[in-house]
Amino acid sequence: MATTLHSVLHSLRETKVWKSIFRRGLANTNRTRSLAVFGNLFLHWLPVKVREKSLRVRASYYLGSLSFILFIVLFVTGILLMFYYHPATPHAYRDMKDLQFVVSNGVFLRNLHRLAAHLMVFAVFWHMFHVFYRGGYKPPHQFNWVVGVMLLLVTLFLSYTGYLLPWDQLAFWAVTVGTNIISAMPLIGDKIRFLLLGGNIVGENALLRFYVLHVVILPLVAFLLIGIHFWRVQKDGGLTVKPRNDDGKE
Amino acid sequence: MEKNKIETGISSDAKKEPRRVVFVTKKTSAKVVGDPGPQLMTYPHLLIREAIAFQVLVIAMVLTALLWDAPLEQLANPLLTPNPAKAPWYFLGLQELLHFFPPFVAGILIPTLVVIALVVIPYFNVNIEGEAIWARRPSQNLRTILVTVIILLAFLAVFHAWTIFAPTALVAALLLFSYTVRQGREGWLNALATKPLSWWVMTWFIAVAICLTVVGTFFRGPGWSWYWPWRTHAG
Ligand code: HEM
Repeated sequence: MATTLHSVLHSLRETKVWKSIFRRGLANTNRTRSLAVFGNLFLHWLPVKVREKSLRVRASYYLGSLSFILFIVLFVTGILLMFYYHPATPHAYRDMKDLQFVVSNGVFLRNLHRLAAHLMVFAVFWHMFHVFYRGGYKPPHQFNWVVGVMLLLVTLFLSYTGYLLPWDQLAFWAVTVGTNIISAMPLIGDKIRFLLLGGNIVGENALLRFYVLHVVILPLVAFLLIGIHFWRVQKDGGLTVKPRNDDGKE
Repeated sequence: MEKNKIETGISSDAKKEPRRVVFVTKKTSAKVVGDPGPQLMTYPHLLIREAIAFQVLVIAMVLTALLWDAPLEQLANPLLTPNPAKAPWYFLGLQELLHFFPPFVAGILIPTLVVIALVVIPYFNVNIEGEAIWARRPSQNLRTILVTVIILLAFLAVFHAWTIFAPTALVAALLLFSYTVRQGREGWLNALATKPLSWWVMTWFIAVAICLTVVGTFFRGPGWSWYWPWRTHAG
């Protein structure tokens, strides 16, 4: 059974149709394996070869990859949640109740999105500290570190704008507490707060603004920055690993 | 040479404007120092690992999402202020700072300085070279550090900022301890003694951030007063 399946898959990948889609047949030589990476839009930002050392768990704990996976999970669950959500008061809260009692697996969907959001903040922080302790910011990676700091801020901002959307007591007061801090900025504090909230209080306008930031603007910025970040990891020569000394020891 | 019509106005004639591409001095050599080791094909060696990471993470999250429920409280009510009103956990460190310092300092100045400090890390040679803090002029460095630490701790004590004071004192104690073991020992003691300044600053930052966040999340009750999470609280 397993062998038949194997041979079916095998011959499938040598068909004209498969080759027309993937631009290659079986990836069984180094040449076709290279093509599998740089001939594929979704993989082309990866290098064709990686250092053995950078694959060790200790090199990254896969924290950057996990951050990205969490981002993708958030993207998918977030789009599904958008089908059930109105960014208006008090509908927003009613939609949460509907997710709980009306929509099939609605709670599960919301749980998954919320969990991934917490984990992403956690993973991104951890990734940053880990990169720091391994000296991953050193030349030629300086600018990618800066892109990383921007990604950290965008991640925090994404999480924070999403926090308001359920429109419950937790959401309302967390955002009220947070945005009051902006007023402490001299001269322009109140203006910035007004701009962010679309008014002087956390109300309907604030909900709409946070929604647009949360589902359109910040995800776009995050995607762009992640694209630059990944591309630079490759261009800067892969992960920072300790070079071997002449005696072959680390 | 005559200008080509297709070329843009900015001169880009390589013959007219030679640029130095490399400059080889006697000391430099083209030899690559330190061989980073053998390489593997991304397909399949990296991709399979990414796929496993993806699957393990998603399975763990699905299981958690089945067992744990995202919180949902009452409908937002601007007239009913919860006590304490808390920000999401990653901002509770900041909220804890607000307890000690005026809003401008805790809410604007410190976060801005932290972000600037993070951004400039790779642009300072001390951080690149990463020389052990006790490698050169140890006694002079010890004096500078002692003075800095004492001023910092005194400042924190004046503001009664004990949740910053405690992790700061801990990291400072470790730093001073590393001075005493700086010569010739094996293992983690030696590893500690060879850490550079940037390591100590980051470790201090993380220690303070974790302490503030944990305290803000679990140990702050009504009016931001100290509160033991296991004590059932009335009302
Ligand atoms: C959305 C957030 C982020 C994502 C998805 C992400 C993703 C990644 C990935 C996949 C890698 C390569 C593998 C690895 O080290 O795990 C990487 C490397 C790197 N990241 Fe991030 N990252 C994020 C945020 C950050 C932050 C906040 C920083 C630091 C401020 C940062 C700095 C770096 C640097 C400097 C490298 C190169 C490391 C090296 O050369 O060893 N990244 N990132």
